[in-house]
Amino acid sequence: MGGSYGSTLRYKSVQRLKPIGKHTLLGAGGEISDFQEIVRYLDELILYDNMWDDGNSLGPKEVHNYLNRLMYNRRNKFNPLWNTLVLGGVKNGQKYLGTVNMIGVHYEENHVATGFGNHLARPIFRDEWHEDMTFEEGVKLLEKCMLVLLYRDRSAVNKLQIAKITEEGATISEPYAIKTHWELEAFKNPATGAVGSW
Amino acid sequence: MFRNQYDTDVTTWSPAGRLFQVEYAMEAVKQGSAAVGLTSKTHAVLVSVGKTNSEFSSYQKKIFKVDDHIGVAIAGLTADGRVLSLHMRSECIHYKFLYDSPLPVGRLVVQLADKAQVCTQRSWTRPYGVGLLVAGLDETGPHLYLNCPSGNYFEYQAYAIGARSQAAKTYLERKFETFPECSRDELIRHGVISVREALAEGKLNGSNCSVAVVGAGEAFSILDPKMVQQIIDSLDDKNEEPPADVAPVEGEQGAVQDDTDQGVAPMET
Repeated sequence: MGGSYGSTLRYKSVQRLKPIGKHTLLGAGGEISDFQEIVRYLDELILYDNMWDDGNSLGPKEVHNYLNRLMYNRRNKFNPLWNTLVLGGVKNGQKYLGTVNMIGVHYEENHVATGFGNHLARPIFRDEWHEDMTFEEGVKLLEKCMLVLLYRDRSAVNKLQIAKITEEGATISEPYAIKTHWELEAFKNPATGAVGSW
Repeated sequence: MFRNQYDTDVTTWSPAGRLFQVEYAMEAVKQGSAAVGLTSKTHAVLVSVGKTNSEFSSYQKKIFKVDDHIGVAIAGLTADGRVLSLHMRSECIHYKFLYDSPLPVGRLVVQLADKAQVCTQRSWTRPYGVGLLVAGLDETGPHLYLNCPSGNYFEYQAYAIGARSQAAKTYLERKFETFPECSRDELIRHGVISVREALAEGKLNGSNCSVAVVGAGEAFSILDPKMVQQIIDSLDDKNEEPPADVAPVEGEQGAVQDDTDQGVAPMET
């Protein structure tokens, strides 16, 4: 839920997860204003798609490809939308998860992340993700990774939202905090190893 | 239709609320040679009869592949048909490029109809003089649409356009209720038979008859002329087959068998 201002975490209630149409969820890291612009483009796209009123709808694969075209074309003009986007969805029973970044690199994968998540969370996913996890197992795994990020990323804040998308639609949870543990001996008397003069 | 004082411009209404130039454009469709389209639950088929300019020339191309999942059969001004097919291909490619997904047939048909409508409302362009039978497959199954020069479009289970199409339509009317359950090959047979009804003289053969299919798991393709010839030949075979002789059943002549001394019947112990 954090929005940075340079290297400072300034905004603590920024929603970085958005539902797109009936079938897709989009999450972003990077420049929040660019993300807001992307959401505007996508809202327009979905609007025109709905206006056909013909039973067809854009699914996650289509939205992903559209975003790839958008990001890559901006990069080619040396005016990128400074985001890493993660995109997931379900359509006709087919699940989809993919990512696009500001240089237009895009791929589908079973686990994707932005920013520090790539370095801290994805190794955990590689070990612990498996096919046919239940929703609860998935949330536990995600919370484990978010905890690691909370401890290790200096610009993280203990406020997160989980979003879920199924054939029926998308739900985004209310923001909540995860339990952290600071009872390690080393934290109890921080100055033990280096007593200062004051 | 007779000439009248309201038919010079497409931008002139008649007092009865008709646009004669548009109606004349639809006449051009009726002059083209026949094209037939039909759908089942799983496939869509297009069949057409080709004309030649002279004995030495090739047959006019009537069926165009627009994308892996869409094809079109034309009747009328073939140049207009060719240009519109190219436009349809371009639309499909563009959609594929943006969304990595096939363009839903219904949307292509509406775009085409909107393009045709423009020509009914400008003084400097004439309406397209071609009718298009668009056959395609999308998430909701196989579809057949007709695009008219008027800018109208209709979805059909089966339809025929062009010269003597009424004869083809009569055949289709008799049989169309069986189409949803037809197999791919049966559907093609129906298509070829119906187009044969629309032939005035001469015989159908692999050169003057084009057949195209699209279906679940099968990309749109125009069948090889040899294949078409085989289908046409098999039609003739089926027509000339005499009713199967019923062979006399041995053993039914003579008295009914006496089963008192046959032994014990299986169900009795």
